[in-house]
Amino acid sequence: MSEMTEGEARRAGNPGLVYLRSHLREYGMLMALIAIVIFFSVLVKAQVGIDFLVAQNITNLFLQNSYVIIMALGMLLVIVAGHIDLSVGSVAAFTGAVAAVLTINYGLPVWVVVPTCLVVGGLIGAAQGYWIAYWRIPSFIVTLAGMLVFRGLTLWLLDGRNVGPFPKAFQSLSTGFITDVFGVGRPNVTAILIAVLAASALIYLGWRTRTRNISYGINEEPTIVFVIRNAVIAAALIFVGWKLATFRGIPNVAVSMAVLTVIYAFFTESTVTGRRIYAIGGNLKAARLSGINADRLTFLCFVNMGVLAALAGMIVTARLNSATPKAGVGFELDVIAAVFIGGASMSGGVGKIVGAVVGAFIMGVMNNGMSILGIGIDYQQVIKGLVLLAAVVFDVYNKQKA
Amino acid sequence: MATLLEMQSITKTFPGVKALDQVSFTVEEGEIHALVGENGAGKSTLMKVLSGVYPAGSYDGQVVYDGKPAAFHTISDSERVGIIIIHQELALIPLLSVSENLFLGNEVSKNGIIDWPETFARTETLLEKVGLREAPTTMVEKLGVGKQQLIEIAKALSKDVRLLILDEPTAALQENDSQKLLDLLLELKAQGITSILISHKLNEVAKVADRLTVLRDGATVCTMTRDEISEDRIIRDMVGRDMAHRYPERKRNPGEVLMEVKNWNVWHPELADRKVIKNVSFNVRKGEIVGIAGLMGSGRTELAMSIFGKSYGRDITGSVTIGGRPAEVGRVKDAVAAGLAYVTEDRKGLGLVLDDPILRNISLANLPGISANGVINEAEEQKIAEGYRGAMNIRTPSVHQHVVNLSGGNQQKVVLSKWLFTGPQVLILDEPTRGIDVGAKFEIYGIMNKLAAEGRGVVMISSEMPELLGMCDRIYVMNEGALVGELSADEASQERIMSLIVRN
Repeated sequence: MSEMTEGEARRAGNPGLVYLRSHLREYGMLMALIAIVIFFSVLVKAQVGIDFLVAQNITNLFLQNSYVIIMALGMLLVIVAGHIDLSVGSVAAFTGAVAAVLTINYGLPVWVVVPTCLVVGGLIGAAQGYWIAYWRIPSFIVTLAGMLVFRGLTLWLLDGRNVGPFPKAFQSLSTGFITDVFGVGRPNVTAILIAVLAASALIYLGWRTRTRNISYGINEEPTIVFVIRNAVIAAALIFVGWKLATFRGIPNVAVSMAVLTVIYAFFTESTVTGRRIYAIGGNLKAARLSGINADRLTFLCFVNMGVLAALAGMIVTARLNSATPKAGVGFELDVIAAVFIGGASMSGGVGKIVGAVVGAFIMGVMNNGMSILGIGIDYQQVIKGLVLLAAVVFDVYNKQKA
Repeated sequence: MATLLEMQSITKTFPGVKALDQVSFTVEEGEIHALVGENGAGKSTLMKVLSGVYPAGSYDGQVVYDGKPAAFHTISDSERVGIIIIHQELALIPLLSVSENLFLGNEVSKNGIIDWPETFARTETLLEKVGLREAPTTMVEKLGVGKQQLIEIAKALSKDVRLLILDEPTAALQENDSQKLLDLLLELKAQGITSILISHKLNEVAKVADRLTVLRDGATVCTMTRDEISEDRIIRDMVGRDMAHRYPERKRNPGEVLMEVKNWNVWHPELADRKVIKNVSFNVRKGEIVGIAGLMGSGRTELAMSIFGKSYGRDITGSVTIGGRPAEVGRVKDAVAAGLAYVTEDRKGLGLVLDDPILRNISLANLPGISANGVINEAEEQKIAEGYRGAMNIRTPSVHQHVVNLSGGNQQKVVLSKWLFTGPQVLILDEPTRGIDVGAKFEIYGIMNKLAAEGRGVVMISSEMPELLGMCDRIYVMNEGALVGELSADEASQERIMSLIVRN
């Protein structure tokens, strides 16, 4: 047990530090993300002579990583339920291709294409989830098959060619920005306002949870840690908002990403269905014996994953402004890596939405930073692989120590 | 005859439990020595001490083997001197062939390359010795349990066995397979191999054993020679013990029938021709504690789990009524809604999400009870958990403690809380006191009495007869998937239960 008596805590020194040391797992990845950002800021300045955190690059970070984050939300549920989905890259490519064919070959408007593609993604997820949940075929096998099948169908649908360009309305899925309702333009006052509001909301919600926990006597986080944590996050948010404001404002994808993150965080932490998914991953048999319909929940996790993969596929397609047969190759690995870096457990039952998002940003910042530094794709892969391994080893080491 | 094995004053303690207390046990060269006792009497523990599963130093006392003091630290230490143990759960690998299983870990090889012709030749010899006619390349999964048992023995012979230990070898066997196995034991004895036979089937023991030792509550009761063996005496020695004041007092006044199960039949989920539950009918009344006695493997857990949402078996037939109305129990959800709860014998495997905190485990089976519109009210969850922590006396600094860190007794209280929170009318408690210390046992008994006093029906499955006798108003006796007797509290005694089991 990691709890200490008061005497021990005093002897060990600062209570904030003691707390952090015993909760390294939760704060470790956030600190790692901050460290990586600082690391690249220094290195990029020294090597290339430009500012890593320049507005355009921050915008790029969002645009480049939105699809990983969106799919990581679904992948977290799949992994928490004790499964894996290797097909998301192919499914994203396929739905992107469907969007292209519907938009360009059939001339359908965005408001028809987007829901249609989401439904297609859901059906694909259902098709895979059916075998996994009701036939008990290992998800690794089913989605490996799906990975091949949908890659092939993408090639077939696009006839091996790129299909594009898209009308403006579809492109804005990815490259659009929130217009400044105050009409100032630069700096974009709306962007600053949204960032300040988001930061205030986070602090308010955090404070409310904290007071509630204190009233139950279950609060563990020392005040100093709470204050520093919230100050850092709020400062980061406002900093990013300010930077974005000086460029083109907040990208649409950043908004969809943030909204989805909040929804999924709430779903996993506070709803009956979310709780049950953790239970089936934590102990499938005990969950079944507690009256939980594990098969249906597993099925729904894959349906959800399919829908999110479709959304990600459309965003990628909109960003590239063309559907290509090669789109989404290797995405599944980035997404799965993000979820594991974020602290999810391979055996299921453990993992947080916020962790997965932080994990995705760690991967994204590294991709971006290494590219700016001109590090070859060869070394990039090696480094990313080692970071994934290190993150999981760190997790396991922490768990063994506890 | 020379003494082959002498175990002197063996004492083995686990946290909170003294499993063996000054046990002495002697085996002569060339005899078949039977070891009998109830579940939990210490037979398996004693054999684990002997075979090195519990290494020398983890117990007190002395093991003398073949005239020399022995200190086995691993199973391979004891195998090296010819002590081979065959466990009740066979340790064969189903998807490997007979030959591969026989020489697993002991392969006939040269420079790491297996010599197949030699392997097959030796396999043939060994199979002949145990009287099994099968090709060396047959997959083990294709063989019945009886033949698999013979392969285990052949495997022991391949290791130059001197002392063969068989743990309930005939428990899963049909009559004629059992007979063959016993004949083989006698044949091995003629070849000079000494055996220790652990068995519940007293007629078999009487047939082959030269001597017999009875264990009870971790101590040796007596050793009798062949002429002294009688079933009555064995039964008396197995069960006789003082049991005053180990169970809390309770006013017994059962009401009307609360749950009635009729003509319940269940087939094994995988083995097509094996019927696990055979036409079982029983009932439990309001405010009554009903026991189901029987040995391990008699089908009690299978009965309970097949009733609780058909969580075990297939082709289940029969009817359940609760409170006079036919109850739908086809899914766990339905069974819970009908007012049934099942507290599993396998706390860690089936009862708890070990890495989750106490409060999440308590709410798991009734999440709607702490939510509105599908959103969990964590304040309510906390309040409920705190309530059960007080009522059940779950000893923990906080309900946020992960259950993996709790003792067995406290874990059991968490599982009980989880099921009480579903508001059941009938609770089936499967081995509710297994693996928990004496103090916690007494608390669990108190909780059971309280549940009965509230007018609920309690079904208690237990392998410990004294606790059934101490707690129950009525006891059903189960053997090989069928009920073989029903005894009221006044009629019931350990002797009567044991004789119903061993004589049916």
